[in-house]
Amino acid sequence: MTAPAIELKGISKAFGPVQANKDISISVQPGTIHGIIGENGAGKSTLMSILYGFYKADAGEIFIKGQKTLIPDSQAAISAGIGMVFQHFKLVENFTVLENIILGAEDGRLLRPSLAKARKELKHLAEEYELNVDPDALIENLSVGHQQRVEILKALYRQADILILDEPTGVLTPAEADQLFRILDRLREEGKTIILITHKLREIMEITDTVSVMRRGQMTATVKTSDTSPQELAELMVGRKVLLRVDKKPATPGEVVLEVENLRVIDDKGVERVKGIDLTVRAGEIVGIAGVAGNGQSELLEVLGGFAEGTGTIRMNGTEIPLSGLGADGQARREAGICHVPEDRQREGLIMDYTAWENTVFGYHRNPEYQSGILMDNAAIQTEAEAKMERFDVRPPDPKLAAKNFSGGNQQKIVLAREIERNPDLLLVGQPTRGVDIGAIEFIHQQIVNLRDQGKAILLVSVELDEILSLSDRIAVMFDGHIMGERSPDQTDEKELGLMMAGITQEPEGDLAKVVDQQFALQEQEREGEANG
Amino acid sequence: MDKMPQWADVVLIPLISLILAAILSALVILAIGENPIDAFNLMVQGALMRSAGWGYTLYYATNFMFTGLAVAVAFHARMFNIGGEGQAMLGGLGVALACLYIPWPHWSLAIIGATVGAALFGAAWAYIPAILQARRGSHIVITTIMFNFIAAGVLNYLLVNMLRPVGAMDPATAKFPEATHLPTFRDMFSTADNIMFRGAPANVTFFIAIAACVLVWYLIWRTRLGYEIRAFGHSESAAKYAGISPVRITVIAMLISGALAGLMSINTTMGESERLILNSTEGAGFIGIAVALMGRSHPFGVFLAAILFGFLYQGGAELALWTNIPRELIVVIQALVILFTGALDNMVRMPLEKLFLALRRRDA
Repeated sequence: MTAPAIELKGISKAFGPVQANKDISISVQPGTIHGIIGENGAGKSTLMSILYGFYKADAGEIFIKGQKTLIPDSQAAISAGIGMVFQHFKLVENFTVLENIILGAEDGRLLRPSLAKARKELKHLAEEYELNVDPDALIENLSVGHQQRVEILKALYRQADILILDEPTGVLTPAEADQLFRILDRLREEGKTIILITHKLREIMEITDTVSVMRRGQMTATVKTSDTSPQELAELMVGRKVLLRVDKKPATPGEVVLEVENLRVIDDKGVERVKGIDLTVRAGEIVGIAGVAGNGQSELLEVLGGFAEGTGTIRMNGTEIPLSGLGADGQARREAGICHVPEDRQREGLIMDYTAWENTVFGYHRNPEYQSGILMDNAAIQTEAEAKMERFDVRPPDPKLAAKNFSGGNQQKIVLAREIERNPDLLLVGQPTRGVDIGAIEFIHQQIVNLRDQGKAILLVSVELDEILSLSDRIAVMFDGHIMGERSPDQTDEKELGLMMAGITQEPEGDLAKVVDQQFALQEQEREGEANG
Repeated sequence: MDKMPQWADVVLIPLISLILAAILSALVILAIGENPIDAFNLMVQGALMRSAGWGYTLYYATNFMFTGLAVAVAFHARMFNIGGEGQAMLGGLGVALACLYIPWPHWSLAIIGATVGAALFGAAWAYIPAILQARRGSHIVITTIMFNFIAAGVLNYLLVNMLRPVGAMDPATAKFPEATHLPTFRDMFSTADNIMFRGAPANVTFFIAIAACVLVWYLIWRTRLGYEIRAFGHSESAAKYAGISPVRITVIAMLISGALAGLMSINTTMGESERLILNSTEGAGFIGIAVALMGRSHPFGVFLAAILFGFLYQGGAELALWTNIPRELIVVIQALVILFTGALDNMVRMPLEKLFLALRRRDA
């Protein structure tokens, strides 16, 4: 039996009173893919930061290839053969691929020899692992999937045998994710060791050999992937039984509530983000908008919610509502019966420094029931907030706590409580479960379905295909500001939706991934053309 | 979890900052060959031990309360109003016009008129930078600084060419009529055999300043407008989501801020000099920034910080009068206090936060 590639023994780390990692031991065999799964705040990122030298563990030892190793900084991690691909790429946007790869690993004061060496090495790596990237392309002109390849190449160029990937598929289309997995497979065949951090059960099941589950800073289990099931992993993560699929009855759509005709949105930079959209949402149905982030879904929500301007026609219950100028603000939308759970609860949905009770009336603070004379009726608001927080199971149920002190899931529950309890005719929901743990996801989905069952219209935008598929009664896919088409969730699958999200409507011939690749190459050319023109 | 108990944030940090500033000041005084303990005693004697000293301390404190509140209100909307100086100058013009051209029967009515005049002129002077910021994105720090200079120029022109009485030598308006003279602390608190606050300029405006502190507290924490101002200050994107108009909040917050700065001139122009002179503001608009920083933009904090700075002003004047410590050094001491309490806040805060975390961990 060979020595494990990485072995952690009894790692502990505390931040103040918070024990982020507690006596964690794992051992990863060389040439395997090891998944680490856990809810937000379970301590996955802390553990990896210790391994990469960002934090110093309070206790415990690290063994690399059987050798006890001290990792005081990332330089030490690199020389121990550890490479890290972060969730948010650490690339210089206006450097070329080659320049990014040698950044920090230059051989001397002059760049030319390093660049030449890197070019050769890159060609070699590309052949060996099918990691094809144009070495002279500027990072800003590359797709997200290709940028991620550059990150992997950076690690390999530094002779990493152990790769850590932190939530690598969060920003990818399903097709891009498949490509990534093929690359990881190839790396494994070549004997590299990979640690994959994710909260997506599907990915763990698909690609890992072994998986460790973390909960509240502790390693609760390490199992062989082939011996476990998504259901079991979910239970290990949350510590209780969870429903992975939403339990819902078929929809009974009624009158048309929202009608959108030829909606166009131009952003601050003068780029057209929404390019003529037609859409209807009926009472009692959930319409899901699928798409990779950045294809105009956010702008669509912002215009409907009244905090961005657009052109076109929007009718709410048959009455036209203004899209710009007077009467096109959040206040007017709320009066028209549109409530909005925004995509980014921290930037939009909540004032993080406000207390929970102040946040439970945010956007409705002008309603007469919250006024007493010229002052606000804070006592009434607090009483109401307490009741709302109890109904939506916000923990801790303390209305006086600042919003920033709640976990992501509980912050989202505060926003949902505020918007759903208004009983709106139309609820706009953006990324309802982004950064929310599994236990809370179940609850949030249930609330959305309940509102639908009360005959309300719901427009859901999410980049999580699973979520779109399980919640929606009708799915529209957005790509590059257009709606590529509508599908019924029981007549489509992730593969078809994934292709639509990449801009392809009909079933392509030949190798699927190749077509997607071509599509991205085309897009890149277009982008370059735009940049040059 | 908050990193520190609230009392540490509100009391301990300013206190440590002050002590650090005091130590450094003491070293400076030592370096020029004076005794820092004597100097400190002199400051306390001069500013706090006699009623006349208090009369000066509170007079300065009144100015700083108004300008500190002005900066604080703008801070809550995340705007840095450096134009308190100019707004106060224009407020003085409002006071002078109200006092000179309206025949008031009694000071109690005159002060209402002067308040309206000061607030209107101060707000008007803040309106232009506000609308430029809200509609055109011109940075309020730049525009308000420039408007300080413009205000000084405007006032200079008006005093020299239009408001100066015929034959007068100095650029100032005529003396205000007798009926507009405000009661000083001496008028209010002296008894027949015990004269208090002799010669000190503190006057009834001090109570208006206290009222302003209370009203600003209500405004910021109890009204809908305050809720919207704070929301906008914390997150503009969230404010937009909620349907709060950034233009409206920017303009309204700056109008209130300018009005508060303008009110300061009731104290200086109507209460003290009883005519409008050049440079009646004496830099109080800038001290207001330090006061607001030190007071954490909270009206009660502003009240306390204003009194501290009043003490420094009056104590400094005493030092200049009785010792060989030059006037410039007193400015250095005041600057050190501003530096430590305002700018170097994190220097004290971060070690303290660590300390409290360590203490908590040991308890846990």
